[in-house]
Amino acid sequence: MNGIHDMGGMHGFGAVDRRSDEVLFPEAWQGRVCALAGYAMGAGLANIDAFRHAIERMPPDRYLSDGYYGRWLYALETLARERLAGDTTPERPEIGSVAREADREPRFALGDPVRTWNRHPQGHTRLPGYARDRRGVIADVHPACVYPDTNADGRGESPEYLYTVAFESRELWGEEAEAGATVYIDLFEPYLEALE
Amino acid sequence: MTADHRHGSESPAVRTEAIEALLVEKGLVQSAAVDALVERYEHDIGPLRGARVVAEAWTDPEFRARLLEDGMPAIRELGFGDNTDSHVARLVVKENTDSVHNLVVCTLCSCYPWAVLGLPPAWYKSPAYRSRAVREPRRLLAELGLDLLPDVEVRVWDSSAEVRYMVLPRRPEGTDGLGVEELTARVTRDSMIGVERL
Repeated sequence: MNGIHDMGGMHGFGAVDRRSDEVLFPEAWQGRVCALAGYAMGAGLANIDAFRHAIERMPPDRYLSDGYYGRWLYALETLARERLAGDTTPERPEIGSVAREADREPRFALGDPVRTWNRHPQGHTRLPGYARDRRGVIADVHPACVYPDTNADGRGESPEYLYTVAFESRELWGEEAEAGATVYIDLFEPYLEALE
Repeated sequence: MTADHRHGSESPAVRTEAIEALLVEKGLVQSAAVDALVERYEHDIGPLRGARVVAEAWTDPEFRARLLEDGMPAIRELGFGDNTDSHVARLVVKENTDSVHNLVVCTLCSCYPWAVLGLPPAWYKSPAYRSRAVREPRRLLAELGLDLLPDVEVRVWDSSAEVRYMVLPRRPEGTDGLGVEELTARVTRDSMIGVERL
């Protein structure tokens, strides 16, 4: 979805405040939320894609104001409300890698030129907005993995091959691009079309 | 904004107690286990693992080759790569050289190599870092004290899926005689994300 979470390239957030003296969980509730989310996902409240999508569905002002673990808390509340009503108890999923055996070969190979699709799905997706409808080159071919776009909203895992795609900075940012920079993004096969 | 009243006007601490009580009541979590996991995050899972991996790679060329080939099996040799991050499909390690500097970000959320670096620092999760790392990495790095020569190529890794990235920083000058333990102490978390040079 075109949401506030899709931050790549945005202006206006100022300088990066890199501190070396920070505490992992400045407030105790943040550590509890971190652990609670891990256990709740492990017990089947939601898969990781649905969890991420629950964060993306937050009102944008809350997304910015609640902080990282505040967003996790908000997502836990959303998912609990949606999925734990009445006597329902989720099934415990198998824990393990999202890599899957695929019954076909990858469509692209190392070095293939590709273009990303220009689609604006309302649901969860892992193609950042700044890389939509852009030309790149396949830089790595990974195993097929659970496809977040369908897994996030209960349409199943429908595994797709995952690629690392290299984009020249200029292709992404035009004339303002910095010289000598390449951005590599991990993208699923459906997002990509072959480029001659 | 819609539906916000459902998330209450109470403090996050109060809301956390409420959601924990519900998850316990539903049998999804046990509070003692939550206590233990928080403890583990705070004390056991951290960038020390990554630092050890880097020191091994600096001192053992064959390990370095295996690490760059496929990160997860290599870190398992050192006893890392447990269930901290079990859904991750691959760990990819990118080596900084004279001519290439690598930088890791996640613009869409805050994906991070938990298995080797623990939980991400606050700045890594900040909108400023997530928005700027892909658009103006050189300027951002310069602001953070790392000036790259114009002929050094910057490679930014936007971890948008279940592949996680760690940077293998360059070994600092004057460390030839040091062993793995001493080298491990030299490696910083931020150098393994790519915002610091050792």
